[in-house]
Amino acid sequence: MTQDAILTHTARTAYSRLVAWLGARSRDLAGAEDALSEAFAVALATWPRTGIPARPEAWLLTTARRRLIDAARRRGTARDAIPTLLLAMEPEADDQAFPDDRLKLLFVCAHPAIDPAARTPLMLQTVLGLDAATIAVAFLATPAAMSQRLVRAKEKIRAARIGFRIPAPEDLPERLDAVLQAIYAAYGTGWDAREAALEQEAIWLARLLAALLANKPETLGLLALLLFCDSRRAARRSPVGAFVPLAAQDPADWNTALLAEARALLIRAGAMNRPGRFQLEAAIQSVHAARAETGRTDWPAIVLLYEGLIRIAPTIGLQVGRIAARAEAGNPAEALAALEGLPPAVSTYQPYWALRAALLRRLDRPGEATEATARALSLTTDPAIRDYLGR
Amino acid sequence: MNYMILIYQDPDRPGAPAGPDAATTITAPWIAYTKALVEAGILVGGSRLAPPTTATSVQIRDGKRLVQDGPCADTKEQLGGYYIITAADLDTALDWAARCPGALDGTIEVRPIVG
Repeated sequence: MTQDAILTHTARTAYSRLVAWLGARSRDLAGAEDALSEAFAVALATWPRTGIPARPEAWLLTTARRRLIDAARRRGTARDAIPTLLLAMEPEADDQAFPDDRLKLLFVCAHPAIDPAARTPLMLQTVLGLDAATIAVAFLATPAAMSQRLVRAKEKIRAARIGFRIPAPEDLPERLDAVLQAIYAAYGTGWDAREAALEQEAIWLARLLAALLANKPETLGLLALLLFCDSRRAARRSPVGAFVPLAAQDPADWNTALLAEARALLIRAGAMNRPGRFQLEAAIQSVHAARAETGRTDWPAIVLLYEGLIRIAPTIGLQVGRIAARAEAGNPAEALAALEGLPPAVSTYQPYWALRAALLRRLDRPGEATEATARALSLTTDPAIRDYLGR
Repeated sequence: MNYMILIYQDPDRPGAPAGPDAATTITAPWIAYTKALVEAGILVGGSRLAPPTTATSVQIRDGKRLVQDGPCADTKEQLGGYYIITAADLDTALDWAARCPGALDGTIEVRPIVG
């Protein structure tokens, strides 16, 4: 590997561990990020001359730590600086592996005291090192607004002293759910914005969480869900870029390695006998994936899984999904009646109108179908989806 | 680090102490909570406040002093008292705030104290 390649590789694998280690000790995430980017800059400038150190991570950590301590000294006597100055008393990390605090960092990012709109962006920035401008694009925010949101969240962590620690057992399920939600939101944002890069970052986070908390079935369930979705990446668009719905996809276009990995994860999660939202969603994807072998989709099984899901999380999206599955398994008139029984909040949910249009078309009510299609069109900007709906 | 635990309550909530002795009535749950804070060795200070009807607000505008009857914000839930506790981090402070009797029928705000 070249110098640059080694540096890039180290940055990718070490960044989150270094930010987490420094952040957990200084409680100053912004300061930790600044110190670390300075350390990377020093590495770029000196390694070509001095050669790459035997342990690049430890070298970066030591350099960043010194920068952080210097910055705290410069700030003077403020009590804020004490945690950072205590860093100076920690043993040097060169001689042994430093502890992995990334799980604590994930829990800090998704802490209930953090603005929910900042949690996923904060994870993307502190764990993955994405810059505010890149994150802003994915979240349809201006770079200035996103940057301010992130600064405010980090300031809250520092000033209110949100602890870098694993939540107590009684709080863990709820707090873990917030972490899972934030990662899932990163993937969903990537999907909606067709940002393949962001989807891959979300999968990286899910892999990290599944590795750090392998005894929690929902962490495996989330990773399985994302991998099932990702296995169909190539099949989601035709060669000319047109939207291809799941039912019309050719299973030959699905990534079999990802499917196998997702299935294995789901089986491991299932063996723990604690079902949850992400496992059930992954199970629905697994039924869809089975079409590759059986040539058909077991809709009654999907309806059953939706029933279980809605008992856990009765969201609009899941209710529309269940009705869509019921329409496939049974009769469209009954599905349409169920659709009309949903609360008025569905009126801004695009899949509701798309499903309604499809059902009305099947029931030979073209006038109303056209109307529903127009509503669905008004709720999406994705050109491929618009083309598909407008056919 | 020190945190202020601010207790916001609707003075007209059902079950609130009423009558001429309302301001000096301290109920058993509050006594128990305060005792728990003392026994944990984390209580720095605190007090109950007289009802919001006794509040007076003052501002300087254009160099002139404006004095007004009533609390700062005219909302249903009003600051009724506070504790200052010392805690290792926000989660520890939130655990104590959640045990405060006022959390059952009001809102407890936790704010770090600077300095």
